[in-house]
Amino acid sequence: MLDADSQKPPKGKWSTPPFDPRFPNQNQTQNCYQNFLDYHRCVKRMNRRGKSTQPCEYYFRVFHSLCPMSWVQRWTDQIQNGTFAGKI
Amino acid sequence: MACPFQMGLQDATSPIMEELLHFHDHTLMIVFLISSLVLYIISTMLTTKLTHTSTMDAQEVETVWTILPAIILILIALPSLRILYMMDEINNPSLTVKTMGHQWYWSYEYTDYEDLNFDSYMIPTQELKPGELRLLEVDNRVVLPVEMTIRMLISSEDVLHSWAVPSLGLKTDAIPGRLNQTTLMAMRPGLYYGQCSEICGSNHSFMPIVLELVPLSYFEEWSASML
Repeated sequence: MLDADSQKPPKGKWSTPPFDPRFPNQNQTQNCYQNFLDYHRCVKRMNRRGKSTQPCEYYFRVFHSLCPMSWVQRWTDQIQNGTFAGKI
Repeated sequence: MACPFQMGLQDATSPIMEELLHFHDHTLMIVFLISSLVLYIISTMLTTKLTHTSTMDAQEVETVWTILPAIILILIALPSLRILYMMDEINNPSLTVKTMGHQWYWSYEYTDYEDLNFDSYMIPTQELKPGELRLLEVDNRVVLPVEMTIRMLISSEDVLHSWAVPSLGLKTDAIPGRLNQTTLMAMRPGLYYGQCSEICGSNHSFMPIVLELVPLSYFEEWSASML
């Protein structure tokens, strides 16, 4: 039960965001923010073209894992109010 | 956890901490050797009736006491840099856990799958059960799977805090607006204690951290029960 192999997550399923070489250092703030932006931009553009937003799910899972829930809540509220500072 | 009258570091629970412990032993031994040599030289200098008033130069000893410290510093620097780079190795974590510092408690978020989050307050001294540790126990411990690489993301909701667990060799500042990452890998199950390590107000000393490292199946049961 304690061997390392049986503890690895099943292959092919989502476990946690992989290492992103764009953000190799201790400060992961940009990693969270960039994936948040990428998700919303992806959804907006896919919707504009009438396509499915399923490929955008990767960005959602990454920022959902990395970003503190309070940050996501604040940014989502700002987007709804039209006061979000980022470019989507 | 720390023990009364403890002389050294806590037992290592992660490979990095084990390296740090050995490095500390190595460096401290060098420091003891130098200190005892200097103390011996001072004591011989002060307890002799011999005098020598015509020293002009001392080229040989000057060379020795320049080269030898340089060698000693290299002998300290090489293992130090080795461990520093070891801490920065790229590893693929299996789990991400976020912790947010508040005045005066920690909150933890496990959002890889579902949204699991909870607060972790210190148990006041009056409410401790027999055998529990004063100023170290919390109501909700951070349960984690043992022998798995875990990404810890640390931030703060108000002022500076610092998330530290000495037996894992971890200490990372919790800075509002910034997300700091550290890697946690515990080799054995058990309870590991830490305390907030950045002054954050009146109850800075009363917001401890307790990690409960358990086998993966227990972790899965616990996380399912917490949802």
